[in-house]
Amino acid sequence: MPANSFNGHTDYGIGIGLRVPHYAHILEKKPVVDWFEIISENFMVDGGRPLQVLDQIMEQYRVVQHGVSMYFGSADKPDRAHLKKLKALVKRTKTPWLSDHLCWGSVDGTYTHDLLPMPYTFASAKRTAEKIRQIRDYLEVPICVENVSSYAEYHVSEMSEWEFLSEVVERADCGILLDVNNIYVSAKNHDFNPYDYINGVPHHRVGQMHVAGHTKFEKYILDTHDHPVLDPVWKLYAHATKLCGVTATLLEWDDKIPSFDEVHDEALKANEFIDGAKKAKNSKRAAKAGAPVASS
Amino acid sequence: MPRSISSIRATGLKAPPKHAPRRLASTNDVVKLQRLMTHILIRPLTKSDGLQPVWIDGRPMTEVAEEFIKPNDRLSAFERLQLYNRMYWFRLIDIMHDDNPGLRAVLGDKKFTRLIEAYLAKYPSRSFTLRNLCSRLGQFIREESRWTAPHTALATNVVRFEWAQTVAFDEAQLPVLSAAEIARTPPVRLRLRLQPYITLLALDYPVDTYVVAVKQRNALRTEASNAVDKVREAKQSKYVARPRRERIYVAVHRLDNWLYYKRLGRPAFLILQAIAAGQTLDDAVTAGGRRVKPEQVGGWFAMWMELGWLCRKK
Repeated sequence: MPANSFNGHTDYGIGIGLRVPHYAHILEKKPVVDWFEIISENFMVDGGRPLQVLDQIMEQYRVVQHGVSMYFGSADKPDRAHLKKLKALVKRTKTPWLSDHLCWGSVDGTYTHDLLPMPYTFASAKRTAEKIRQIRDYLEVPICVENVSSYAEYHVSEMSEWEFLSEVVERADCGILLDVNNIYVSAKNHDFNPYDYINGVPHHRVGQMHVAGHTKFEKYILDTHDHPVLDPVWKLYAHATKLCGVTATLLEWDDKIPSFDEVHDEALKANEFIDGAKKAKNSKRAAKAGAPVASS
Repeated sequence: MPRSISSIRATGLKAPPKHAPRRLASTNDVVKLQRLMTHILIRPLTKSDGLQPVWIDGRPMTEVAEEFIKPNDRLSAFERLQLYNRMYWFRLIDIMHDDNPGLRAVLGDKKFTRLIEAYLAKYPSRSFTLRNLCSRLGQFIREESRWTAPHTALATNVVRFEWAQTVAFDEAQLPVLSAAEIARTPPVRLRLRLQPYITLLALDYPVDTYVVAVKQRNALRTEASNAVDKVREAKQSKYVARPRRERIYVAVHRLDNWLYYKRLGRPAFLILQAIAAGQTLDDAVTAGGRRVKPEQVGGWFAMWMELGWLCRKK
């Protein structure tokens, strides 16, 4: 299940986000890392140091592209210039899959640079799925859409967020980047059970997972990516891994970024839960096999 | 802060609907909802960093918010929208703060923030990338000098210099023209171009040395934040004096992916400017003026070619 058509049939292990404060360490020390996730927009440029660094990284590591501005849910048509630059980067990185968010953030060509929540309606699910298909067909790479953390809901919504996510990905026939921290944040902000969310999505479509830290305030939680992952999020991750199988996982740490080793060590904590999921899977298989004849 | 519908239309963002759609049956309904929310999110914050209490049609903002946003037992619809409104402004101001250390030093933090708020209110982002957020800041300062007065001339120079650094950082590098290629075409027919990452600036203030001094001062303050022995030194260098008027010519460029600025003499600047404008090599050299000696021009071209500045014009 983990290596599926939505992540290019790859088995990528545990990655971390490629961030500027770590460039020197990575290029000099060449630490062992399964893969790096890059923010596509940071490298959708025509030259200079960003592309030089990217090329150096790609000599040593596998990279996967993650976008923040495709806005699958915006009513605007996809921007041709944007897509052209993105496709050039896809060709450069040979990313096995590409992810961006299930959200909107621009209208009439004006950008908020935010990941704004979707109205969960059938009409917007249909439209969003069509846009994902168009973009995937142009880019010629599998797409995984990521659930965002949100702080507002609309009266017009007709279903739960996970029903909407399922509706979109089934219609678009695309993958899911399941961000378990975002599920936790939104669950607290909108009073739903995060386990219902994880149980409710099509597990065979999950091509990648995100974990991250968040910040609690008195009346809400913000998705800040400036802390280690909190225990309830790891528990959700363990649950998601049991249901979806061992999936390419990435730790996001975007603010107050500590040393490379600290970020990487935090990401590798996911191994604990992955091992648990593997053991559970193996014991289920063993149970199906009947009684052992002899020990090997 | 005044913000009329006509100024919004000038940015490309169409007017918001009078009311939020009650259901989303069509793409048009989705557009209406997204327009309304975008207009709310990009409205400037109040002095206390809150969502403005009155909507552009005079209705209470609480009423507008309740039309389309659900409250919960902890936050009203207004407060939920306010979270997004704040995040929009805090994020974009932070980015422009980082991208414009020189302009910030000219104006001071408070005045700089007011300028940015006015700029983004008039020119919200029209690009998918935050890299282009400051692309119209120079134009805005020329249009609305009240935000930078009495330092508008200096501010305009600094903004041009700081934007040139963005261009130098990540614009394309084209194949460099060799001396042999130049020699193959007669100067009366040869048209060259400059690398896209180069910006030529004729400035009224020596903002190159000023911005570098400001950056060094800022770096020192950052270093000093955790070091007691450096605090005194940082305090001493807190202020970088604004430069006095002085005509300078500068090329902002990159070499081996590091950013540089290079002072130029006026004749050399005029020649490069003529090349950038698409004139033939012969005409470009003439643009340098009668006093320029052939050996001087030869020396400049040798240097520009060594720096990889010259390419063939398509």
